[in-house]
Amino acid sequence: MADMTPTHIGAEIARPAGLRGIVADWSSDQRAFKNVSWGKAMMWIFLLSDTFIFSCFLLSYMTVRMSTVVPWPNPSEVFALTIGAEKIPLILIAIMTFVLISSSGTMAMAVNFGYRRDRRKTAALMLATAALGATFVGMQAFEWTKLIGEGVRPWGNPWGAPQFGSSFFMITGFHGTHVTIGVIFLILMARKVLRGDFDHARRGFFTSRKGRYEIVEITGLYWHFVDLVWVFIFALFYLW
Amino acid sequence: MTQVMAETELPRGEAKAQHHPIRLYLVVWGWLFVLSTCSYLVDYFGLTGYLRWSLILLFMILKAGLIVAIFMHMAWERLALIYAILVPPTLILVFVGIMIFESNYTLLTRLVFFATGS
Repeated sequence: MADMTPTHIGAEIARPAGLRGIVADWSSDQRAFKNVSWGKAMMWIFLLSDTFIFSCFLLSYMTVRMSTVVPWPNPSEVFALTIGAEKIPLILIAIMTFVLISSSGTMAMAVNFGYRRDRRKTAALMLATAALGATFVGMQAFEWTKLIGEGVRPWGNPWGAPQFGSSFFMITGFHGTHVTIGVIFLILMARKVLRGDFDHARRGFFTSRKGRYEIVEITGLYWHFVDLVWVFIFALFYLW
Repeated sequence: MTQVMAETELPRGEAKAQHHPIRLYLVVWGWLFVLSTCSYLVDYFGLTGYLRWSLILLFMILKAGLIVAIFMHMAWERLALIYAILVPPTLILVFVGIMIFESNYTLLTRLVFFATGS
């Protein structure tokens, strides 16, 4: 058992493969998540809980949509935009999807440059991610304005089942809030990176603890999760 | 002192663990674009029925898998973490089953008691 009890986290730890390895990790009377700092483990556990929240929203949407006797409004037409003379179905949502995926791409590269301790590139990529996220929220605000102008309310809409509005505002509103929080978080962390907080072990304002470049990866986990949730909303709410 | 050691040791260990070439991220990014385009085209061409639903779900799962495995580095984590995070959400499928049952029942009662349609 001696080789299963590391003295510090960064050590290479020998372990049996497969399920035996999981049992060894979980029964080691120490931390269950070896090689993962508490910050990263806690972010993963938070994301797990957030998964359940969004699942509950999507499940209640599924339930109202399956049980209504009134036809569900066709999202393909509701979210169509007239560009020039042509009416293109779902085009705004498609653009929003590409914007969010691009922001995930820049975030993944920011994490990479963070671990290479290239603080200019890291901060630039994080700010690019934040800008794409803000663009996404802006497009969502445009979409909300358009739909509210057309008479969509949480209790009714001109096209069919009244539950459409409540599902739409609840699901996209909650997701938009997550994106907004992510943008704020990204800007704060980009500022810290740019200032060199993690190179000079500067103590944090609130916690008085020294930060590490790992926080870029943790911020990235949150950001990718927001993108992940959008994948499910796009498929289940807009395309279904 | 040991605290300080632990704090300075970690980034190096992590850097070794999660150091992947930029090219990998660009390839995944490209695939996500392709898959998103495919799922948009499902709507654009107006596919319907089981073909539509299965394609939507297929593209959704592929995209989600790429994001979690590569962007969130889950593919390189230890099994103890992977199982702790990825197994609980599968229980949601049970919840989905329960709610399908429930909404079919609600629909049935609505059709029986409000036969004219609301």
